[in-house]
Amino acid sequence: MNDTIHVKTMAEFTASGETPEILFWVGCSGSFDDRAKKITRAIVRILNHVNIKFAILGMEESCTGDPAKRAGNEFLFQMQAMQNITTLNNYNIKKIVTGCPHCFNTIKNEYPQLGGQYEVIHHTQLVQELINEGKLKVQGGEFKGKKIVYHDPCYLGRANDVYEAPRDVIKSLDVDLAEMKRSKAKGLCCGAGGAQMFKEAEKGTKEVNVERAEEALAENPDVIAVACPFCNTMMTDGVKHFNKEEHTKVLDIAELVVKANNL
Amino acid sequence: MISTIVFILLAISGTVFFLYNAKKVHRNIFLGKQVNVSGNTSARLNTMLRVAFGQSKMATRPVPFILHLFVYVGFVLINIEVLEMVFDGVFNTHRAFFILGSFYNFLIGFFEILAFLVTFGCAVFLIRRNVVHVKRLVMKELSGWPKMDANIILCSEIVLMSALFLMNAADQTLQVKYNDHYQHCGSFPISHFIAPFLSGLSVGKLIFIERSCWWLHIFGIFGFLNYLPYSKHFHILLAFPNTYLSNLNPKGKFTNLDSVTDVVKPNFDPGYQPVTDPNKPERFGAKDVFDLNWKQLLDAYTCTECGRCTSSCPQNMTGKVLSPRKIMMDTRDRLVEVGKNIDKNKGTFVDDGKSLLGDYITNEEIWACNTCNACVQECPVNIDPLSIITDMRRYLVMEQSSAPNELNGMFSNMENNGAPWQFSPADRANWVNEAS
Ligand code: SF4
Ligand code: SF4
Repeated sequence: MNDTIHVKTMAEFTASGETPEILFWVGCSGSFDDRAKKITRAIVRILNHVNIKFAILGMEESCTGDPAKRAGNEFLFQMQAMQNITTLNNYNIKKIVTGCPHCFNTIKNEYPQLGGQYEVIHHTQLVQELINEGKLKVQGGEFKGKKIVYHDPCYLGRANDVYEAPRDVIKSLDVDLAEMKRSKAKGLCCGAGGAQMFKEAEKGTKEVNVERAEEALAENPDVIAVACPFCNTMMTDGVKHFNKEEHTKVLDIAELVVKANNL
Repeated sequence: MISTIVFILLAISGTVFFLYNAKKVHRNIFLGKQVNVSGNTSARLNTMLRVAFGQSKMATRPVPFILHLFVYVGFVLINIEVLEMVFDGVFNTHRAFFILGSFYNFLIGFFEILAFLVTFGCAVFLIRRNVVHVKRLVMKELSGWPKMDANIILCSEIVLMSALFLMNAADQTLQVKYNDHYQHCGSFPISHFIAPFLSGLSVGKLIFIERSCWWLHIFGIFGFLNYLPYSKHFHILLAFPNTYLSNLNPKGKFTNLDSVTDVVKPNFDPGYQPVTDPNKPERFGAKDVFDLNWKQLLDAYTCTECGRCTSSCPQNMTGKVLSPRKIMMDTRDRLVEVGKNIDKNKGTFVDDGKSLLGDYITNEEIWACNTCNACVQECPVNIDPLSIITDMRRYLVMEQSSAPNELNGMFSNMENNGAPWQFSPADRANWVNEAS
């Protein structure tokens, strides 16, 4: 695996008088969280591999405001949103791919009313499109025949009815795709959404991520595939709770594709 | 003759009293704020047909789906027979719709089978609630009146259906013994099993049984109608408008607060024209029922208390206090309380020092939510408990500044660093040069 990745910021594109095909919205987790940064790099490896001209905002990106909005802080949300919309509109951005379902949902559904209209897709949708169009050829590699369960992120699944794109990508890797008892529209939250990621849970009998990890582990999978950096954190912790991290890995779909194909 | 007059009086008073109560419910619902739910008629009709009429969201749980389908279809169709009963009541006829001929016989037979299925469904529902104790049907928010309400409904449906069978059994016996008035018609696949037990009775007794059951059924129907506004059973009517008015947006799209946009947007767009009326400042978010919009209040009256939402809530299943069903029940209870207050005080609400958030719903419930939309997805009549939770969070954060401390920390990180954690914005693209 070649360790270098190629990334240009929007500012660099503009300086050289070029326009990218698509903007990659990295998100806070993908930018700062050590585990999620690996997912970000995997997404970039795919983009590099198919030679898509993409840009990031770099230091000009700011939180979409999703956690503020879900937590009821509409002021802070709209401040963040309008700041980002100003940046995006100044660069005349038309199409955005996000590495996080929360960014995806917020920009796609909640920015238009505040003046930000873009075509927004999630990275699993982009990868599926690339495979469908024949631009990305994939094989199972180390995952061939392995048992994989996919955990639906709430903000990709129920919130936006995207259930098949991530599954199609996984299936293209020649694996044994298993479903948990609660999946797709009935999928169970990992416990992070609604700003719970940033606070202690209320008093109860169990953590939500433990409940969900238990359900995933009941399928005895080699990999729990996720499509959200927050789900990744929650499921990883859940698997550790059951001391199963040797046996079951938690990987983003982008990482699966990259690892299987040595991108 | 007398019976005709009694019947007509009953029908008129039953209907008038129902309309009187329905009007109060209507008034209560429109205590809520304005919300624009117009447009897109065809998508709305489609949703209503699928979800309310077609029961599409029930199908994910097959056992209650089938049983509920029996009761629902039975309930709707048997009302055709009630139409005939009303006609007979007014014109003192016997089974006037027999002019339909052999099709009539088929219908009556079909209704009997439906009535049997209704009885069966209700019986199993009673067992699920009171013997098997299906978890979502015995949770603590149901203790007291809600539990009783459910049992009252199920028992009265069984009584109504039994009256129908007994009436038909007496009727068919009379058709043999006394067919001056009781002309020979109908087919009775269920009640003919009961008829032999009545064959020894005199004509007078049979007529007494037949008439008593007829009256019981008629009283039952009007009683039931008037019970609806006090009961979770109101859903049999409200499910239709409520699903018609469903949110058609993706579930992840939360409402935009225009009042906030009016404050924030001018900083970015000096030419921006505010859309809310500055002379009528509104509270941010919701503390009481008045702060919710009328669709949210309609949701509360439509709730069937089935608990599908709560049984799919990740926080509830892990032992937290949050229960989306309780959010809906509390909203309705508070709204009813407010309505009574208005009735008592000649049409105006006199502050009772209470509010939905605080006296019914606690902050702990509100902060436990994952905003995962499982409850919204699950609700068979398209109720949105999450929107009420979100509005209450808005009130707590923007009016009370009383978010949990960690969330306040997250807010200030976002304000200062553009990320929910304490990282410098300058480090945002460090990942580019880190090995993976
Ligand atoms: S949105 Fe909130 S209340 Fe509804 S199921 Fe999810 S956690 Fe429970
Ligand atoms: S909100 Fe919907 S799912 Fe929940 S109890 Fe009421 S009707 Fe059932």
